[in-house]
Amino acid sequence: MRWLKQIYNWAEFRLQLQAPVEEAVLHPVPRNTASWWYVFGSAAFTLLLLQIVTGILLAIVYVPSGANAWNNLQMINHDLPLGWFLRGMHFWGSNFMVAVVLIHMAQVFLFGAYKFPRELTWIIGVFLLLMTLGMAFTGQVMRFDQDAYWGLGIGASIVSRVPLVGAPLVHLLLGGPIIAGATLSRFFALHVFVIPGTLLILVALHVWMVLKLGINDWPMPGRPVRRATYMADYHKLSHEDGFPFFPAAFWKDLIFSGAVLAAVAVCAAVFGPYGPTGIPDPTIIQTVPKPDFYFLWLYAVLAYLPPELETPFILTVPLLAIAVLVALPFFAGEGEKSWHRRPVAVLVLTTVAVAFGVFTHLGTFTPWSPIMDAWSSDTVPDKFLHDLSPVERQGAVVFQAKQCRNCHSLDHVGGQRGPALDDVATRLTEDQLIRQVLQGGGNMPAYGKNLSPAETTALVKFLVTLHPHGQLPATNAAGPPTARLNPPSAKQ
Amino acid sequence: MTNLVKEEEKITQDDPRAVSRRWMLLKLGVFINAVVGVAVAVPVVRYLLGPVKRKGAYNSWISLGSVDQFPMGETRLATYENPDHDPWDGDTAKIPCWVRHVDPTTFQVFAINCAHLGCPVRWFPQSGLFMCPCHGGVYYADGSRASGPPERGMFEYKYRIVGNELQISAGEMPTLSTEAKNVFRVLNNEKGCGPCAG
Repeated sequence: MRWLKQIYNWAEFRLQLQAPVEEAVLHPVPRNTASWWYVFGSAAFTLLLLQIVTGILLAIVYVPSGANAWNNLQMINHDLPLGWFLRGMHFWGSNFMVAVVLIHMAQVFLFGAYKFPRELTWIIGVFLLLMTLGMAFTGQVMRFDQDAYWGLGIGASIVSRVPLVGAPLVHLLLGGPIIAGATLSRFFALHVFVIPGTLLILVALHVWMVLKLGINDWPMPGRPVRRATYMADYHKLSHEDGFPFFPAAFWKDLIFSGAVLAAVAVCAAVFGPYGPTGIPDPTIIQTVPKPDFYFLWLYAVLAYLPPELETPFILTVPLLAIAVLVALPFFAGEGEKSWHRRPVAVLVLTTVAVAFGVFTHLGTFTPWSPIMDAWSSDTVPDKFLHDLSPVERQGAVVFQAKQCRNCHSLDHVGGQRGPALDDVATRLTEDQLIRQVLQGGGNMPAYGKNLSPAETTALVKFLVTLHPHGQLPATNAAGPPTARLNPPSAKQ
Repeated sequence: MTNLVKEEEKITQDDPRAVSRRWMLLKLGVFINAVVGVAVAVPVVRYLLGPVKRKGAYNSWISLGSVDQFPMGETRLATYENPDHDPWDGDTAKIPCWVRHVDPTTFQVFAINCAHLGCPVRWFPQSGLFMCPCHGGVYYADGSRASGPPERGMFEYKYRIVGNELQISAGEMPTLSTEAKNVFRVLNNEKGCGPCAG
């Protein structure tokens, strides 16, 4: 092994890297930072390296052409030996990376690590999060399937809402007038050159500052951060009750990173790559576009915003959110780090996490969307058809044929856009049902133009039968029995 | 290095002229690079802004085929090839739209893209509604807003009939700032929506 040592010495004499590397890895860190809570940053870095390696491996085969990308991905999936596995690693790696970056950020926030002197580390971290999400979105476009195509449509529709420069922004985003080959080319450049390049520079600065400023000490209640004393306190802590970062704290990072990589590999092997879904042919409109999991919450928020609020929300809230994150270390740069003394921070984090979880969950089954084929694929359950008169049964046919089922469920099957109608007769009288069907309202379209009087009568007669056994339908207490009211045909 | 810097400071004190020439040359270097930088950046900006064209510049009259393909009283899907397209666009050069034949002389041609966020709306002749699969936008047969998150009716293309051919003015993806036609709001007010104004 002497020759190995000689080669090392020969190289080291020229590189002179040993001293700075030793300084970096052997710097003392407080003993209490060697925690399993501190492994997410290094795991995010490991995942970034994985994405770069798998990304390069895919890039040597991938064709960023609107006409060929989809077929090319099919070839990688099915014809190239283990191509499916590489695509799986890259896809699952991206999912894990977004998740780990978010967990890392939550942990840093909860541990008050953004406070003095690590403000800039946090701010760069905020932009690293944006870059990660940028990679996720542009990566989704690389799949160039139906989801990618209509996802770009959503992107273009969002930027079109910017006042004055909306149209130029749409053209810039798409690289032309429509979503096409030029769009894929520019997203490819963003995905493999622009964003990763920026990401790497920012990661280098981020890690550099972690090395120079030291790992955030474990937050202790009653030990607030003071600008005047923190550096001396930290120095004392790391030197008197510390140990070298390597290997004392590093082994946990190493093990966790290994576990994360293994998890990515297992997911890739078991679940395989995702997509490409349908071919990116916009004339095939039988599609239900959906973003990957990291944007499902946004997909849900965009469905629930009131129409009037949407443009102001889209134009201001993301910028405000970024501004708040960037400003955070400036208005909370000192003080308590411990979550025991920061109830507002804990509350904010919990609220954001719960909101993220709830919206993401809603995004998985999109209760706001009509189920396009419910009217033709889900029959009216038998139990609602027993003992019905012919006109009521005809109403059930109208109910299906007029696509009511796309938005209203019966027996938990059907759309969830409108209320379930299993017991609608207990909530609305026959008169109210007629009015609701004909005039709509409360987010329901009016069907007056598309129902003949006979169809309306039949439909409402059927709806009136929808009440639980033993519970009477709603009646107008002030008027005559609804059954004796004139049928709607007489009123029109 | 530190010694060199100290020496430099000493020279500055001894003979300011010698150093000012050094600094002058450095400034000259910065200036030359700034000029070249701008000279290079301007074409780059123009290059990057290449796809940006003024309003309507991408549009042209496109044939959707014979009027006879669109029976009166019905709404049918039509497709055309976008006038501005490249060989490497593949299927994405094809654009669908909905054609509604209202009466012998009147058509309505709607963009496929929902006015909310651009997803493909589907026509349901049975209920006379357009429904969007993404966020649940719903429109009436005349394209006016029925329910859901869209803040307006569907995007409508200008059309004309030349001989027996239906033509529309199209060429770019309709969005709130690149819509093909701006008159829909007025149309909406005139005709109203649903049976309440019908």
